[in-house]
Amino acid sequence: MAEPLLRVKNLVKYFPIKGGLFSREVARVHAVDGISFEINAGETLGLVGESGCGKSTTGRCILRLIEPTSGEVWFEGKNVTTMDKRSLRALRRDLQIIFQDPYASLNPRMTVGSIVGEALIIHKLAKSRREREEKVAHLLETVGLHADHMRRYPHEFSGGQRQRIGIARALAVSPKLIVCDEPVSALDVSIQAQVINLLEDLQKQFNLTYLFIAHDLSVVEHISTRVAVMYLGKIVEVALANDLYSNPRHPYTEALLSAVPIPDPEVKRQRILLEGDVPSPIRPPAGCHFHTRCRIRQVTGICQDQEPPLKQGVSGHWVACHFRD
Amino acid sequence: MGERLLEIKGLKTHFFTEEGVVRAVDGIDLHIEKGETLGVVGESGCGKTVTALSIMKLIPMPPGKIVEGQMLYAGRDLVTLPPAQMRKVRGKEISMVFQEPMTSLNPVFTIGEQIAEAVRLHEGLGRRAAMDKTVEMLKIVHMPNPERRVKEYPHQLSGGMRQRVMIAMALSCHPKLLIADEPTTALDVTIQAQILELLNELKAKLGMAVLLITHDMGVIAETAQRVMVMYAGKVVEEAPVKDLFKEPLHPYTQGLLRSIPRIDTAAIHKKRLEAIPGVVPSLLNLPKGCSFEPRCPHAKPVCKDQDPVLKEVKRGHRVSCWLY
Repeated sequence: MAEPLLRVKNLVKYFPIKGGLFSREVARVHAVDGISFEINAGETLGLVGESGCGKSTTGRCILRLIEPTSGEVWFEGKNVTTMDKRSLRALRRDLQIIFQDPYASLNPRMTVGSIVGEALIIHKLAKSRREREEKVAHLLETVGLHADHMRRYPHEFSGGQRQRIGIARALAVSPKLIVCDEPVSALDVSIQAQVINLLEDLQKQFNLTYLFIAHDLSVVEHISTRVAVMYLGKIVEVALANDLYSNPRHPYTEALLSAVPIPDPEVKRQRILLEGDVPSPIRPPAGCHFHTRCRIRQVTGICQDQEPPLKQGVSGHWVACHFRD
Repeated sequence: MGERLLEIKGLKTHFFTEEGVVRAVDGIDLHIEKGETLGVVGESGCGKTVTALSIMKLIPMPPGKIVEGQMLYAGRDLVTLPPAQMRKVRGKEISMVFQEPMTSLNPVFTIGEQIAEAVRLHEGLGRRAAMDKTVEMLKIVHMPNPERRVKEYPHQLSGGMRQRVMIAMALSCHPKLLIADEPTTALDVTIQAQILELLNELKAKLGMAVLLITHDMGVIAETAQRVMVMYAGKVVEEAPVKDLFKEPLHPYTQGLLRSIPRIDTAAIHKKRLEAIPGVVPSLLNLPKGCSFEPRCPHAKPVCKDQDPVLKEVKRGHRVSCWLY
């Protein structure tokens, strides 16, 4: 098999909590707690999980918008985690990100043209002002906006249109991989579908690879080739999208999927209700992080003491559970 | 047909702003029967929250104003009810759970004090008795360690627990109607499942009616008996939940249902989502005819000129569209 486009190995990110007289580190938030995965060129890897599970931190660590505590990120055979500033800047031509909140991620004092065109200046991708404007116009049309929108400011646009501007900005440098961090969560349902379709079209047109981070399981299922499920900083299951949704192996994935309400009153399902809340990532439970809420845990022993490794089962379905494979 | 608990006729709530009149709710009819769950679904800005706030008379005035219509509750019109009497209805007869449990709780009072306040005001209980009642309410919403939790502040609780507090507060005076405005939108799916389960359980136990406002068709399908679909300040379709999902009549409802990915069937046949083109119109200058006309795939000349009215096309199934 070909070398994957992106390979993440034992990625860890702890955020220090400072306190006391001399602001010493008193505790750590275990946001991402040793995860490994690969993304192949041209595919979409969905990363799902509930708030605070570390999915956004993972996305940001890959681009080094946040410095990882330890672990490695390899992109096209180059180690991203050890790169100096200069090579990192060059790398960002290939690696881009689309943010969740289209209201907070666009500078309100810049015109759409300068937001989208900024990267063209930084990476010297346009020889003249004229060429830059042509490129921006073309990009805006690619994402379904008009060329004359470039002289307007972000506040003149609706949420869906702003997200299109964010997509145009990411596309400006012709990247290979785009980290999509909850790109449709802030949008209304009818607009959500427009943006999802746009992302799918662009993927085909420019042969893009996506890391698609979202908490909406239906959206992730729709857009992803493979899906990874995170819980408290760990990946608990990875599989092909169809396989994961029709045959979830990890008890957390089972509960998560059964909790999604289905828009059809005729469908009656057995719901697996999880008890309580997600434990604090400052002191995650020992052993398997999920054991405090798991319905198949053993009362004493292995679940509390030993962390289950992510093992490969049948046909590329990976599960981290002592009792499921 | 059951007994009508609340009946709204021709309600119009407008906001008078510097840019012009925003017709947030523009002539809606609605009724809720005793003990039923009515789902109100629609996208942001369609007027679903303003409808709820109008019922509670919590519209900020100015700039807002209920300009027309009646809201009949137990023989009285809430629109013309004096503020002093409205205070007796609010929280006691009709109460509300808001979307964002963090901003709806007061950060400087313990949750016990906040729940007890409503009980003391409406039920006239003393400090001691009100606190006992509060602990009992927290037990009903399945809060672990209620005796200890009453002394805690909102920031010490998780999102799901805060929403349980909100529900306990809303139910503490045994209202006949609970308005739940996007009660699970800020929560994770597994916590959402817990809260919806709780609402269903309490509804059966206490026999109250629920007006559930949400943008999530899945939540509607699993909890409501009847559904109203709103668009740009108007009701475009109303039907029993099974009919609406089996045979949606309004092009907007059809579009909404087709544009959401589904996890139960998507794995079998994966296809492109059918998005509704365009955007929701600005409430400042709505089109003259049907508000959905610019985005509608079935638009005819008449749609541009005249606004359709809501009419019954099948038993209990009403739609406002020139196609019917």
